[in-house]
Amino acid sequence: MSFITVNNLWKEYGDQVVLENLNLNVKQGEFCTLVGASGCGKSTFLKMLLGQETQTRGELLLEGKAFPGEPDRNRGIVFQRYSVFPHLTVRQNVLMGLELEQKPWLGKLFGSARREALEKVDAMLESVGLTPSANKWPHELSGGMQQRLAIAQSLIMRPRVLLLDEPFGALDPGIRGDMHDLLLKLWQETGTTIFMVTHDLKEGFYLGTRLLVFDKVRNDPHNPQAFGATITYDLPIGQTDRKLFEDINESVNETARNQAA
Amino acid sequence: MRLINRHPGRVSATLLGLLPFLLIMLIYSLASQERLADNPNDKLLPGLEQMTAAVDRMAFQEDRRSGDYLMWQDTTASLARLGLGVGIAALLALVVGILNGVLPLVRSNLAPLVSAASMVPPLAILPILFIVFGLGELSKVMLIVIGTAPIMMRDVAQRVRELPGEQLIKIQTLGASSWQVITRMALPQVLPRLIDAVRLSLGPAWLFLIAAEAIASTEGLGYRIFLVRRYLAMDVILPYVIWITILAIVIDQCLRLANRRLFPWYNAGGH
Repeated sequence: MSFITVNNLWKEYGDQVVLENLNLNVKQGEFCTLVGASGCGKSTFLKMLLGQETQTRGELLLEGKAFPGEPDRNRGIVFQRYSVFPHLTVRQNVLMGLELEQKPWLGKLFGSARREALEKVDAMLESVGLTPSANKWPHELSGGMQQRLAIAQSLIMRPRVLLLDEPFGALDPGIRGDMHDLLLKLWQETGTTIFMVTHDLKEGFYLGTRLLVFDKVRNDPHNPQAFGATITYDLPIGQTDRKLFEDINESVNETARNQAA
Repeated sequence: MRLINRHPGRVSATLLGLLPFLLIMLIYSLASQERLADNPNDKLLPGLEQMTAAVDRMAFQEDRRSGDYLMWQDTTASLARLGLGVGIAALLALVVGILNGVLPLVRSNLAPLVSAASMVPPLAILPILFIVFGLGELSKVMLIVIGTAPIMMRDVAQRVRELPGEQLIKIQTLGASSWQVITRMALPQVLPRLIDAVRLSLGPAWLFLIAAEAIASTEGLGYRIFLVRRYLAMDVILPYVIWITILAIVIDQCLRLANRRLFPWYNAGGH
């Protein structure tokens, strides 16, 4: 049995079809990147994995059971922005999850329990390279460092699935490269299953084990909302050539133009 | 250079700010001198001399009848009412505002009532308060609470809802329960905003305080002003008004500083 199973999944908002007939099997520990034009349902699919949205039809299963209908601690998320808490320092931000787990009423740890948890926090900060900034406020960090923090904050909970919604979209290209290396390192260390949505096709081709291209197969110029997107390419990373990259790029751009028209 | 691009320097900005105050004082003193020259017993525009004498009599000499220092007694009585009223209102605003902001079920249930309540003119229900709570302290404090709480409740709820949706999802993925979302995400981030809301509510709070004291009281700054009005005692009224203004400024600045000290992340652009 696969870890995550998607069977004939549809998502519609009224007349608007966002996703149609999605089928997918993902093994535990895979790193899937989701690419596609805006409005092709990548983020919607991610929200369904998160529990923020539910499908209109079809099945979405985690180890054979339906996905919980609200976000929980098994599924971590990093958004493009705003995923860290501005009123907590870097250390407190990472500590938060451990505190919430151990203290249902107070939500705070004290004494030796706190020291123990802080050891874990500091190890996590070390592995994302934030040790020198441990006592800073998030607004004192650069965009890249804030995203490192958001990743650390999620990973300390050891989620079974880590969802990344264009996590590096707002970063400079140079920083983005560093973040890719960091993400691959953390993924290898933790073995967690990752889904990452990205706008950047190159990023999708380079990172992870599997590339999923969301695209519209059918397009009605008079009614662009009539048909939804589905997965048009499902490729293992590392076996792709330049020609394929260009084909996909062209197809995605074509859809983007149709969406905009 | 265009007028919109001309900025005053530090010194000239201070001078420009002081100028209107100086002008008002100048105009007042000229008018006052002119009237006093005509009639040394004029009561309408007392000079500095009469006013200092009045302050000395009210603040630094025992009242002949009661043996109290009236101005201090008035001040403590008024500040106690104001503090109690605004404090209770802020606490209510925090509880109701956060519940309204965080829990959709409570919001559907309570938000319309809060909106309606904030539209009721508080002074219109002052007679009801006097009838229900009597003429004592309770009705004056209640007027301040009723007058300021609903607007602060709406403000706090709004501030909670302005927190990025990403945060709300994120804390759920860290395993937070509804209670933990309130205590670890909403409450700490809304506290500095509550202090801002209190600062804005202090203006109306003073209004309600003085109105209530004017109508039924035996001490208080508002009571004194309306009492001495009968004798046209402008030499007491004017210093009292200035004193109230100073108190209001001091309270406001204390709250501003407290906000800065207590919530460094808030004022450094961390929200």
